[in-house]
Amino acid sequence: MALVEIREVDKTFQRGSERIEVFIGLTLDIAEGSFTALMGPSGSGKSTLLNLVAGLDRPTRGSVRVAGAEVSAMRPNQLAPWRARHIGFVFQQLNLLPVLTAYQNVELPLLLTRLSRKERDERIRLALGVVGLEDRMSHYPRQLSGGQEQRVAIARAIVADPTLVLLDEPTGQLDAKSSADVLQLLSRLNDEFKKTVIIVTHDAHAAEAARTVLHLDKGRLIERQGAAV
Amino acid sequence: MKFLHLVLANLGRHKRRTILTTASVALALFLFASLRTVVTTLDAAARFGSVRRLVSTNATGIVFPLPLSYANKLRGVPGVEAVSWANWFGGRYGDNKRFFAQFAVDPESYLEMYPEISLPEDQKQAFLRERSSAIIGRRLVEVFGWRLGQDVTIQGTIFPGDWTFTIRGIYTPTDAVINDDMLLFRHDYLEERLGRPGISGWYVIRIDDANHAAQIARTIDIQFRNSTAATKTGTEQAFNASFATMWGNVSLLMGTIGLAVVFAILLVTANAMMMSSRERTREVAVLKTIGFSDRTVFGLVMLEAAAIALTGALLGLGGAKYLYKATNFNGGGFLPGFDVTTDTLLLGATVALLLMLASGLVPAVRAARLPVVQALRRVE
Amino acid sequence: MKIPLIYNARSVLQRPVSTAFTALGIGLVVAVFIGMLALANGFRAALARTGSNLNALVLRRGADSELSSGIDRATASILAASPHVASGADGRPLVSPEVYVLIPLSRRGADTGTVANVVVRGIGEAAWKVRANIAVVAGEPPHSGRAEVCVGRKMASTFPNTDVGQTLHFGGRDWTVVCQFTAGGSAFESEIWGENEQFMPVFRGEVFQSVSFRLKDPAAFDEAKRALESDQRLTVDVHLESTFYAEQSQVLGRILEILAFLITSIMAVGAIFGAVNTMYAAVATRAPEIAVLLTLGFHPRSVLLSFLVESALIALVGGVIGILLALPINGIVTSTTNWASFSEIAFSFRVTPGLLLAGLGFALVMGTLGGFFPAWRAARLPVVQALR
Repeated sequence: MALVEIREVDKTFQRGSERIEVFIGLTLDIAEGSFTALMGPSGSGKSTLLNLVAGLDRPTRGSVRVAGAEVSAMRPNQLAPWRARHIGFVFQQLNLLPVLTAYQNVELPLLLTRLSRKERDERIRLALGVVGLEDRMSHYPRQLSGGQEQRVAIARAIVADPTLVLLDEPTGQLDAKSSADVLQLLSRLNDEFKKTVIIVTHDAHAAEAARTVLHLDKGRLIERQGAAV
Repeated sequence: MKFLHLVLANLGRHKRRTILTTASVALALFLFASLRTVVTTLDAAARFGSVRRLVSTNATGIVFPLPLSYANKLRGVPGVEAVSWANWFGGRYGDNKRFFAQFAVDPESYLEMYPEISLPEDQKQAFLRERSSAIIGRRLVEVFGWRLGQDVTIQGTIFPGDWTFTIRGIYTPTDAVINDDMLLFRHDYLEERLGRPGISGWYVIRIDDANHAAQIARTIDIQFRNSTAATKTGTEQAFNASFATMWGNVSLLMGTIGLAVVFAILLVTANAMMMSSRERTREVAVLKTIGFSDRTVFGLVMLEAAAIALTGALLGLGGAKYLYKATNFNGGGFLPGFDVTTDTLLLGATVALLLMLASGLVPAVRAARLPVVQALRRVE
Repeated sequence: MKIPLIYNARSVLQRPVSTAFTALGIGLVVAVFIGMLALANGFRAALARTGSNLNALVLRRGADSELSSGIDRATASILAASPHVASGADGRPLVSPEVYVLIPLSRRGADTGTVANVVVRGIGEAAWKVRANIAVVAGEPPHSGRAEVCVGRKMASTFPNTDVGQTLHFGGRDWTVVCQFTAGGSAFESEIWGENEQFMPVFRGEVFQSVSFRLKDPAAFDEAKRALESDQRLTVDVHLESTFYAEQSQVLGRILEILAFLITSIMAVGAIFGAVNTMYAAVATRAPEIAVLLTLGFHPRSVLLSFLVESALIALVGGVIGILLALPINGIVTSTTNWASFSEIAFSFRVTPGLLLAGLGFALVMGTLGGFFPAWRAARLPVVQALR
């Protein structure tokens, strides 16, 4: 059983009077421990796919199973705690709450657990250490560079030890050096810490860092490269 | 006004904000108008009074009586055309929740003295004929559901016992300042029942020439200075004015609250304008790129502030004016003739104008001064 | 609440002007609320303190105020001999028959046209004992047989010629002021006191307006009332002093309170609208942050609660501002005519801790109401759309 199982998923959006069909009958698997890049032109549905896996969106038809659970069938008030436990999400920008320090931003997912203050502190320091920003933990987002902000976001995404780490265009706003740092970090998360990582990206370098690349076009999987299931 | 649709479009972008802000302005101005009207109503009552009527009370205090025998003596004073008298009854009716004034008056002379108390001739004759009759103001018909011919019983407090009167007349005041909820009964009835003590409360005197008022008043007071009861005589207006001050410093209280209200609303409006201004940076830049001048942009923002202030003023001030008129409000009898004056409306409009300036100025200046290039570069 | 409070506190500080304006608006409403109720409070308190629940007040049957009552000497004597009346240390009954009239006096600084009706009360020796809260603070009590008066402290500050040694003129005679007294802040402090026998010939002749006496057994008031009211020789109504004076404050007290609620309610709606605007703008600006929180797995109701708390926080600040604005009013003396007795009464604004607490509560209610719909919108933010 794959970690993520997408079966016969349709997804249609209504924009005003237009009906936009993003997926029709999409079926694919993502293995545990894999590092997958979702690529494709604008409108191919890659971000939508990510949102479906994270339970942020619901398919019009079909099933989305993550770690054995039928995410597409969960009720809204079940999704929040499920997401807290299983998903670490990084957006392209505006990840961090501007009024909290890096430390406090990373702490946020842990506030949803029953860990004590001391236990939380340990994990936060650990996560910030993994992304190499322990010395910046008291800084506010506006005091960090774009790349540093993304790394803090990644720290937050892993601090609660989620099942999946999902990233939507994480290097979209970054320069070459910062991008490289972030991708290196992601590889490390996958290799050393055995995290399952899925990124949506335009960036060819990101595709290189990943082990598996899925190409989507007009809502269909058209190519699969890299490691097998 | 070719830019009106732009202004309206901007206001319509955040309909909820516009509606709430306008509603706040309306409420504040409604309150402002109401508070000020309390002051103007009391002022009007204080200034009411015929220039040819004098009131004569016991110099020791208004609560002390004057002898009935004074009536003839007063008629003899040069310049005096007519004399009447009245006494405050102050009884309780029912559960006493609704206060209304009750007077014992000398029927014929009092009605002649006060043509403002107007009632049909046949009712007036009935009142003059029947000893235990009374006439009531027409508001009492609404308040208590009384009818012509009905008997009403009042419990006396100053003059103990139960007093029953038959309603023979319903009067309408020709001047709004006069209470339309009084009960007037006959002084001779009061006298009779008390065993003819020969006293009255105060005298009302009509003189031939208003210019002689001070002189005649002095003559009267000198005449009675060494009698059983010395008098204090003055114009009817002075008499009414002394009652108006009894509430204490009402205008200070209402004025202070009014100020707080206006200030609070200024904050709400300025806040709303500021929020809109912050969100609008990019648009202003685009307008300027198209070729709108700084001055035009300034004007657009001010117009927006004006629209809110104007609409709020119309709703609030207009609402106050019509509400009180339509419900015939008189503050439970304490504020007869409660009506929002034109003065108050103008003052309210001025407040709205100031509101517009205060809330719109900063955002308007900001928009006028915005450097285009900088604004276009700004990321959302 | 799971979302840290520090997030709300700091976010509020991010938009200082907006927050300040909203808080100030709420603060003004709270200030008016506290101020007006302090006015009503002060008025009621002055009257409430006037009567004691150890004393009974006897008026002629049917009279609703001391002014409209009349009690002759015979009745006064019968009352003095009643077994329900307590006796003083000297064995004499603690009974005080009193004359009560109103005289016109001009206030300090006002033109002579406008006058206030001031209470002139005739007393006997026993009055000082029957009323336990009276204290002479300047001069000495009036001597019997002389045209001397004692003036209540509040009255002294409002009217001229009321210092010890000065002369007042009323009732066609001159009266020397020989003392000033306090009475626990009650209505008595607005009165002029003098000997019964001096006032009677000047005003209403040989008749008192009221008789006050100390109850032998305060717990047995009802019995005393029944006994005296059913006595064939008398036509009187017996009131518990404290209840009687408290009731005299009803009409005006209630008017002031209703006015307070009406005015502040209308103001509150305006302030709430202001808070609604502010909070909606905040939610709109912080949509990305809300999206992050929801994505992380914070429950929508945590988000709802968080924004409600933020709104309440702003309101609380406003409440404190309101309290600070209203506090200086406490103790300011003002006066009005109590229509129930037609007499002038001076009293001070009275701000109580309870009132301050009510003001804070009011602020919280405004903040919560104003913040509710915006918080609801925040909680239901469609994450996917917010990120587009």
